[in-house]
Amino acid sequence: MTTWQQNRTATQARLKDGAAFAKGKVVEAADVTRLLEAVLRPGDRVCLEGDNQKQADLLSRALLEVDRTKVSDLHMVQSGVVLPEHLDVFEKGVARRLDYAYSGPQSARIAAMLFGGKIELGAVHTYLELFARYFIDLTPNVALIAAVSADHEGNLYTGPNTEDTPTVVEATAFKDGIVIAQVNEIVDHVPRVDIPGDRVHFVVEADRPFFVEPLFTRDPAAITESQILTAMLAIKGIYAPYGIRRLNHGIGFSTAAIELLLPTFGEKLGLKRRIATHFALNPHPALIPAIESGWVEQIHSFGSEVGMEDYIRARPDIYFTGPDGSLRSNRAFCQTAGLYACDMFIGSTLQIDLQGNSSTVTTSRIAGFGGAPNMGADARGRRHPSEPWLKAGHEADPDGSALLRRGRKLVVQIGETFGEKNAPLFVERLDALALAEKLKLDLAPVMIYGDDVTHIVTEEGIANLLLCRNADEREQAIRGVAGYTDVGRGRDRKEVERLRARGVVQRPEDLGIDPLDADRSMLAARSIKDLVHWSGGLYAPPSKFRNW
Amino acid sequence: MEDLTLRHTTRERARGNRQMAIIGVVASGNLEVLTERVLPENECVVEIRTAAEGFGEVWAAVVADFVERHSPGGIRFAINDGGARPDTVSLRLAQAARLMESDQ
Repeated sequence: MTTWQQNRTATQARLKDGAAFAKGKVVEAADVTRLLEAVLRPGDRVCLEGDNQKQADLLSRALLEVDRTKVSDLHMVQSGVVLPEHLDVFEKGVARRLDYAYSGPQSARIAAMLFGGKIELGAVHTYLELFARYFIDLTPNVALIAAVSADHEGNLYTGPNTEDTPTVVEATAFKDGIVIAQVNEIVDHVPRVDIPGDRVHFVVEADRPFFVEPLFTRDPAAITESQILTAMLAIKGIYAPYGIRRLNHGIGFSTAAIELLLPTFGEKLGLKRRIATHFALNPHPALIPAIESGWVEQIHSFGSEVGMEDYIRARPDIYFTGPDGSLRSNRAFCQTAGLYACDMFIGSTLQIDLQGNSSTVTTSRIAGFGGAPNMGADARGRRHPSEPWLKAGHEADPDGSALLRRGRKLVVQIGETFGEKNAPLFVERLDALALAEKLKLDLAPVMIYGDDVTHIVTEEGIANLLLCRNADEREQAIRGVAGYTDVGRGRDRKEVERLRARGVVQRPEDLGIDPLDADRSMLAARSIKDLVHWSGGLYAPPSKFRNW
Repeated sequence: MEDLTLRHTTRERARGNRQMAIIGVVASGNLEVLTERVLPENECVVEIRTAAEGFGEVWAAVVADFVERHSPGGIRFAINDGGARPDTVSLRLAQAARLMESDQ
């Protein structure tokens, strides 16, 4: 006879084994390794929650200690590989296979381990892709997650960094999986319920709060005049003519400069309430002056940012907040918002080739994709019109029928022609290709494909790729803003001037931008301390950003 | 240290009547530009003292583009460079030319 409840029966048996180490749902930190040995089976798919901001670090360490005769060959399915322990489990043979999205701080080691055969790689995903696969073919058997607090029924409060947790729990708990949460404290009543208790099987109070790193704080003091010039080009040459109101910003200094120029340069251009009103964005401190000046109407966030808690709490008209007053973020929803409800993505990258493909990979590092490819891609499933989307679509296909023409999302790559350590932004061939060959990958890790990129902005000017009619024009438009890199110096000067005459390439002087305005006095805040002042003392920067 | 001198013939004289200007700072990755209106109206000289050696070719390209775009006839530029990147050099030269456009 066919049985249709094998998974449920197996899970109940695992839960029964695990219950030996719990009082109700609560497990002591010292017993977590034994709990994991009781509920895990060799070959299980495990999500060890690794977000941008919050890490299940206690559960990571506990997993590292398991008896390998009981737990081995796990298949890790997690968005972030960011803690050393996330890779130590592979060194020790506890885990064997990996599907992930982002590996920022572990990018060099993960490349070495992949090359050395320590890790069997499934694929590197974008966040949304990996989340999608949680519901199709990578559903976790066990999820090890992190939250701020829990009550005795297992209701969880994630705090402002909700991030991936609802998605991970949804996929695991509703498919007969087991959810184990580490929390900073167990309380009688959680401030709000981010995850209902009936989806959580075990709760562990950690010996210390989970680790949170300020990833989205850019010190205005480090913004250069070239970045200011580039930001002015973007505002006057892209935001203004397209009327970009709904957008996502990357996390680099160029976009921080844009945020800080809105209340000054943007105000001078009369753009308030006409651009940059609705964001899919983490709570960037650099946006405080624009918010305080009445530019921004609404922000939905992937996660939170250290030090912004009180400011967000005092500005619920701007941010999404819970009944407890603190931010409610959600990576899956915010990624979807960025993909379908934003008219522009603008962000930096490390390398751009002659077709406009871009990558943040260097030959020795695999940083993964995170969310940029979703933000920086035209959503082919989009159907609602908007002014910038229609205008971009018209530029790309001026002769097509207006009623049948697809709009285009603006995907803008912004940066200085020379990056850190004078590495050129523009290259003939992406390092990602060499890496793919070395690791025998099916696909080179391209962050944003050239056919999705609509504009490239550098201090030398703007290249509008929507207006290019063939591959040669595209290459010359890219070379035409590539400055004094080898790619830039290899331009056909006459062709670039022809493109300039057509408005495909625009220089600062073409847009009436005065080079004398590219001055730090143009920034609404010139230091972290200025941001604190703008926030009325509500922004509390982490100590590494305090120099007073 | 390396000293470079680049001479160009210009299409026209630099606009404005300002006799002298200075912009920028000598710091790592930055530069200071001193401009003086002391040459015949169809000449331009850029004297560079740089901390980074071996970039003569890039300097020549940056200065040639600048002269082409701004035609700063009659101006001598003296650059004290702390290893600035070409984009910073371009920006400073453009700023210096703008300063000379004023009337005093």
